[in-house]
Amino acid sequence: MAGEAGLEITDLAVHYGPVRALRGVRVTVPRGAVVAVLGANGAGKSTLLRAVSGTLRFHRGGVTSGTVSFGGSRLNGSPAAAVARGVVQVPEGRRVFARMTVAENLRAGALGVRDRGKVAEARDRVHALFPILAERPHQRAGLLSGGEQQMLSIGRALMANPSMLLLDEPTLGLAPMMAARIAATIREINEQGTSVLLVEQNAAMALGLASHAYVLEVGEVALSGPAAELAASDEVRRRYLGVGTPETDRPVGIDAEDAPPELTPRPVRTLPRWTA
Amino acid sequence: MTTFLELLANGISVGAVYALIALGFVVIFKATEVVNFTHASLLLAGGFLVAKLHPALGFWLALAAGVAGAALVGALIEFLIIRRARVGSHGVLAIVTIGVDILLTTELTRQIGTDVLALGDPWRDQVLHLGPITIAETRVVALGVAAALITAFLLAFKFTGWGVAMRATAEDAETAALMGVRLGRVSLSAWAVAGALAAIAALFLCVFPTPGLDRSTTAAAMKAFPAAILGGLDSTTGALAGGLIVGVTEALMSGYQSQLAFLGRGIGDAAPFLVMIAILLFRPAGIFGTKELARV
Repeated sequence: MAGEAGLEITDLAVHYGPVRALRGVRVTVPRGAVVAVLGANGAGKSTLLRAVSGTLRFHRGGVTSGTVSFGGSRLNGSPAAAVARGVVQVPEGRRVFARMTVAENLRAGALGVRDRGKVAEARDRVHALFPILAERPHQRAGLLSGGEQQMLSIGRALMANPSMLLLDEPTLGLAPMMAARIAATIREINEQGTSVLLVEQNAAMALGLASHAYVLEVGEVALSGPAAELAASDEVRRRYLGVGTPETDRPVGIDAEDAPPELTPRPVRTLPRWTA
Repeated sequence: MTTFLELLANGISVGAVYALIALGFVVIFKATEVVNFTHASLLLAGGFLVAKLHPALGFWLALAAGVAGAALVGALIEFLIIRRARVGSHGVLAIVTIGVDILLTTELTRQIGTDVLALGDPWRDQVLHLGPITIAETRVVALGVAAALITAFLLAFKFTGWGVAMRATAEDAETAALMGVRLGRVSLSAWAVAGALAAIAALFLCVFPTPGLDRSTTAAAMKAFPAAILGGLDSTTGALAGGLIVGVTEALMSGYQSQLAFLGRGIGDAAPFLVMIAILLFRPAGIFGTKELARV
C-alpha cells in the first residue's frame, strides 16, 4: 500500500483527435471513500475513467495535459500497470466475455495477479458477495441475465484485488430492484476497504452511496461538493434528480457563470434511469 | 475399396498437417484480427532451417532449431512490423503481411534455387502395411504428431492462463486490457506459436512421398488458407475441420483423377478452393465461424 493518498486527477485534458472531451478536470478520491461523478450522456464521464485505467488509446484518444496519480505516484497510462497498482475498472455495459464460462471470466479477472493464494482468496470473496456466481461456474456468461452479468463484471474486477474500483454506470439498463442490489453491493465492497469512483447517470443512487460528488458538463467539472449538499442543491435536484421547479428554465447553480455557453440552449433533462 | 481407404488415410494425414497450419492462422486472427498472409513463408523458413541444419546438427536438433527459428521469425514480424504499423484497419495490415510474405519468400526461394532439399528425417520411404492398405510411415507419424500437437494446443487454450488471456483478448481486447492482460505479449505469443506450428507442418509437407523442400512448397502451404477460411477464421475447431476437409478432398480428387478426366488435370490442387467457395456460399462465416464475422 503506497501512502494515504488515493486517486488524484489534476487539470486533466483529454482529446479524441481534434475533439476535446475533458478540460481542466480535478477529481480526488481519498482512500476508503466512495466518490460519484454525475453528468448527462457525452459529458465525459466514461472518458474520465478511461484516462485513469489507461484505455483511451482503444478509442483513439489521449491525455493532452494534466496528471492522474494514485497513492502519490503517477499512473503511466498502461492498463496493465494500473491493474498492478490496484486500480481496476468495471467497464460500461458489463462487457463480460460472453463465450467464456462464469469461472473462466473470474479467472480472466485475475490474469494480472501472480500470487495463487491471493487469487483463491479473491474468488472466495467474490463468491461470498455474489453466491449466484458460485452456483453456476460452468454457465456461459452470455446466457446470464443483465443483472447477473453486472455481478459477474464486478466480481471479475474484484478478482484483481483492487484498492480502487472504477465503476462505469453499473446500474445501466437494470431493473430498479437489481439496481438497488448492485448499489448495496457497492457499499459492501467499499466497507471491505476498497475505494470507489462511481460514474453514474442514476444520480439518486450515486448520491446516496457517495460521500463526495462531481457533476461533469461538456467535459468540465460544473459542480462539486459533499454528496448530501449536492443532493440538496436545487440545480442538481432539478437537472439530475427530476424533482424541483421546472419553470425556472435558466440553469442556475454554483458554477453557472463558468458553464460553457453551449450548455444554455440544451433542454433540461430529468434523468431517472429507466424512463430515459 | 482398398484404394479408397488408402486415399482416405492419406487425406486425413495430410489434412491434419493442413490443420496445424490453419490453427496458427486462426490463432493469429483471434489474437490480433489480422489475416496473416505471411504464413506460407513462415513455413518455408522453418523447413529451410531444418534442411540446411540437419547435416551438421542431426535431424532432431535441426528440427528444434527450425521450430524455434520459425517461431522467432513470426515473433519478429509481429514485433517489428505489425505492432509498429499504426494503420487503423486490419485490412491494410493484411496487405502489409502480403508484402512481408513476398519479401521472405523471394529471399528463401533465391537461397533454395532449383534444389530439392532433403530434411533428413528418420522415416525415409518406409511403408506400413495395415491389413489391405499400404501407407507411408511418414503419413502415420504426421497424423500422430499433428493430433498430439493439436490436442496439447487446445488443452492449453482451454485451461492455461495463456489460453484464457488469448480467448479474452479475442473476444474483447479492451476489456482484456482492463484485466491486466498485456495485449502486446498475447499478440507476440500468437505469432510465435503460429510460426512453430508452421515449421512442424513444413516437415511433414516435405517428407516422403514428397521429394523434399523446394520452391513449390509454399504452394502446398497455401492450401491451409481455404482450410482456415472454410472452417471459420475465428474458430479453432473450424481449423481442424477445414484442414481435414481440404486434405481428404484433395487426396480423393487426385486419387480418382483418371475417372475425373473431364474436369481436367490438376483438379486435386484446385479442389480445396472449390470446396471453400461452395461452403462460403451457404455459410458466409465458415462452418464454425461466428456470425458477427459475417457482418464485417
